[in-house]
Amino acid sequence: MANKNNKNAVFSVENLNLWYGDDQALYDINMDITENEVTAIIGPSGCGKSTYLKTLNRMVELVPIVRTSGQIKYRGSNIFDKSYSVEELRTKVGMVFQQPNPFPKSIYENIVYGPKIHGIKDKETLDHIVEKSLKGAALWEEVKDRLHENAYGLSGGQQQRICIARCLAIEPDVILMDEPTSALDPISTLKVEELVQELKKEYSIVIVTHNMQQAARISDKTAFFLNGELVEYSDTNTLFSTPADKRTEDYITGRFG
Amino acid sequence: MKYIDSQKVKKRMGGRITRNTIAKGLFFFATLIGLFFLAALAYRILTQGIGNLDWEFLTGFTSYDPERAGILAGIVGSMWLMLVTGPVTVVLGVATAIYLEEYAKQGRLTRFIQINLQNLAGVPSIVFGLLGLTIFVYVLNIGEVVLAGGLTMALLVLPVIVVSSQEAIRSVPNSLRQASYAMGATKWQTIRRIVLPAAIPGILTGSILSLSRAIGETAPLLLVGASTAIFTLPSGIFDPYTAMPIQIYSWTQQPNPDFQAVASSGIIVILVFLLLMNSIAVIIRNKFSKRY
Ligand SMILES: Nc1ncnc2c1ncn2[C@@H]1O[C@H](COP(=O)(O)OP(=O)(O)OP(=O)(O)O)[C@@H](O)[C@H]1O
Ligand SMILES: [Mg+2]
Repeated sequence: MANKNNKNAVFSVENLNLWYGDDQALYDINMDITENEVTAIIGPSGCGKSTYLKTLNRMVELVPIVRTSGQIKYRGSNIFDKSYSVEELRTKVGMVFQQPNPFPKSIYENIVYGPKIHGIKDKETLDHIVEKSLKGAALWEEVKDRLHENAYGLSGGQQQRICIARCLAIEPDVILMDEPTSALDPISTLKVEELVQELKKEYSIVIVTHNMQQAARISDKTAFFLNGELVEYSDTNTLFSTPADKRTEDYITGRFG
Repeated sequence: MKYIDSQKVKKRMGGRITRNTIAKGLFFFATLIGLFFLAALAYRILTQGIGNLDWEFLTGFTSYDPERAGILAGIVGSMWLMLVTGPVTVVLGVATAIYLEEYAKQGRLTRFIQINLQNLAGVPSIVFGLLGLTIFVYVLNIGEVVLAGGLTMALLVLPVIVVSSQEAIRSVPNSLRQASYAMGATKWQTIRRIVLPAAIPGILTGSILSLSRAIGETAPLLLVGASTAIFTLPSGIFDPYTAMPIQIYSWTQQPNPDFQAVASSGIIVILVFLLLMNSIAVIIRNKFSKRY
């Protein structure tokens, strides 16, 4: 589905339902995610934001009791198809987690982990990927002289940007971010936000956030979830200035949640 | 209104501190009792055994003359046993632990295996000796050789190594596995590149400690036919053997009282081996102490 700017949908979610055992967590979600845009997902705690995000790269299936129905088309193919490989999906759809989770390895080894997994061995190529990814995550200048030091020696904000760089190194198409700044101080947060703006030129980004100012600042579209339902989904400006649904209005004006 | 009345708190403070001191004293005393017997044991063994402990003792075979009896065959035999037991248990134990922790679905079967592993770890060693005798000596007809002894020891150590490896694997944070999966890694890539490297210090520490337990075991080896008097060193896994604890045990059975000192010297040697293995385990643990 092409929208007014003639941008394509990377994801088309159709009638998605999801259960944890007997508890339904997502109800009949229909949503297109547009390429080269930042799509924000907001909503009160427990409404299913993380669940939804993790469904897009099928990470949610690591929970054994999860069942789904409906379709998610990524670039036209249903990711729930038997023949669709999760590994392939996840190299196209990268993810940054809420808590920075670098590997207990050197900065360099963290970044080349993905490329190595996918079979790149040439040292020069790997060096090049490291520089490009760290520059992409606005971290190159800070760490270029200590690439072989353990990533655990970095600050929380730097660790989170390592995780972003690590994600860029697999050259994804989409980047999913689950509250990537909630563990960070304001300055690191600002850096990550600027980065997201920069990254959307090349990538499509879906970001979960608790912070409505953040959603308003950095996203093109915003989706409001409540109790597992997608209540409202529109341009960020529209959603925050003239919400169509009463529940959205209550939420963004701080009346609940 | 406040629930905690600072006046009352002050009044009770003295009693609380006294009770704390008494508790501390009691626990310290309990520790002292253990330490006392340990010290007494060490003192007796050292005074009795040190006089006899010389190069000749370390490099000689056993003998009917306590002056000339040596523990070489025991040392070499124990090392041969470890050469069989170590690789077999570590490979099988780690593989089992990986399967149980990373692959097996949490179901009734897994729980059943899990519980039985823990039970097996507590089974008396002589039972494993009987099992080894039946399987390796009689059924497989390997004979009363190093291989049979080493495999019997492997049976004994395996459950402990599985359980300790499982703990090491479980202590690797899930967020690391998720990071790896989220980049499109397969399960095996994640295990090999993330889980195992992070778990290996713990696995090694646990393995060395369980092997050091096997070094002191006597009963199962007696059952599967370790020799008590042997005058050639085994040169392969199909040769007859003895082991340090077996040698010590046979000396304590000698009527000549001078052999008690020889046995004490043997115990000193075995203790040195245990201390060495345990220090290696501690060094590994400290060197690779995890930082997540
Ligand atoms: N592993 C799980 N097993 C069972 N239920 C789960 C699991 N993870 C999440 N849930 C349930 O699914 C619902 C949605 O959870 P989810 O984590 O997606 O919420 P969220 O919107 O991300 O919340 P938050 O803002 O607090 O992160 C909740 O009711 C939660 O209890
Ligand atoms: Mg969440």
